[in-house]
Amino acid sequence: MKLDLDTGKPIFQQIAEGIEDAILSGAFPEEEQIPSITELSANYKINPATALKGVNKLVDEKIVYKKRGVGMFVSKGAAQQLQEIRKNQFYENFISGLVEEAKRLNLSSEDVINLIERGFEK
Amino acid sequence: MNGIEVKNISKRFGDILALDDVSLCFEENKIYGLLGRNGAGKTTLLNAISNRIFPDQGEIYVSGLPATENDKAQQQLFLMSEKTLYPERMKIKEVFYWTKSYYPNFDLAYAESLADKFQLDTKKRVRSLSTGYSSIFKIILALSANTPYVLLDEPVLGLDANHRDLFYKLLIEKYSSNPCTIVISTHLIEEVSGIIEDIVIIKQGKIICRESCESLLSKGYTVSGKASLVDTFIEGKKVIGADTLGGLKTAYILGSPAADNVPSDLEVTRMDLQKLFIQLTNS
Repeated sequence: MKLDLDTGKPIFQQIAEGIEDAILSGAFPEEEQIPSITELSANYKINPATALKGVNKLVDEKIVYKKRGVGMFVSKGAAQQLQEIRKNQFYENFISGLVEEAKRLNLSSEDVINLIERGFEK
Repeated sequence: MNGIEVKNISKRFGDILALDDVSLCFEENKIYGLLGRNGAGKTTLLNAISNRIFPDQGEIYVSGLPATENDKAQQQLFLMSEKTLYPERMKIKEVFYWTKSYYPNFDLAYAESLADKFQLDTKKRVRSLSTGYSSIFKIILALSANTPYVLLDEPVLGLDANHRDLFYKLLIEKYSSNPCTIVISTHLIEEVSGIIEDIVIIKQGKIICRESCESLLSKGYTVSGKASLVDTFIEGKKVIGADTLGGLKTAYILGSPAADNVPSDLEVTRMDLQKLFIQLTNS
């Protein structure tokens, strides 16, 4: 899980997304414990309140759940739930930027599709 | 009232008004960044709170107790100062021992374990320490004192990147396990921007900004692109500064990019704390 504090995104959101990525990749398996607030904040050198805000966002979305006195765990079905969410965001997060850049470079939609196919072939 | 309350303090050194009617409060269990350019009055403020100097006027309270010449109030706070004021011939472990006599909650075992982590030989004498190790030695005292208020004046002076990293980690771990008010005065703004919750910016003895890091950063943004386009866009907006590089221009604007409707051929980025600080304290 990596964090880039220089990008425009608020840190708490990056924490939430970093944990989501780790769940999607299987690094944080379902029903397993995720790092504590102290571990997250010490590791990324951020205020514990910020780390808590990021994790609480995932608690609200039921991606992770709290076991009182033990810690935070990945919910069952979290990976699939995240996949659905990310699929819905795929256009906005990736395609619109891609098309914008393609237009700046005068690439046709055909050119872009060819490039995408090249990516899949790799 | 808890926290450190500073009420209308002023301090003059000859011709220089180092603090000019400063009032503020450091609330309980928060991490503050005290920022300002050289000579702005940061150290004077911290020294006034901890009785190293006495203000010409105004009052300071620590957890509701008057701070002036009051051991009960002073024992609740630890100032790590930029200067090393410990007896030069004293050994590090002797300083640990004597610190405990003034700060009863000083954790000797923890101090020893930190010395180990930083590879500081506690048999050394104070005068033999390099700039970096002098900072490390004082950091260890500050982290081990277990006071409700910890004031850190330039804590990372002379520390290499590895030791700075270790210090920030230890600071957060300490704060998590044992919440306290921490005030960090530093010039390495980006390094602490994720750690601090609230920001106090001091300029020529006056507080010019006092708010949460998050809300401060959300107040502004930067746009960059072709100079002519940027110039058209920023007309009528509150611009706090700009940089030009050839035909490119970056402007720092107060406001929100959503409300300002930025055209798509300009690039919008979030303001970072250091940029904002430079723009606010320039001139």
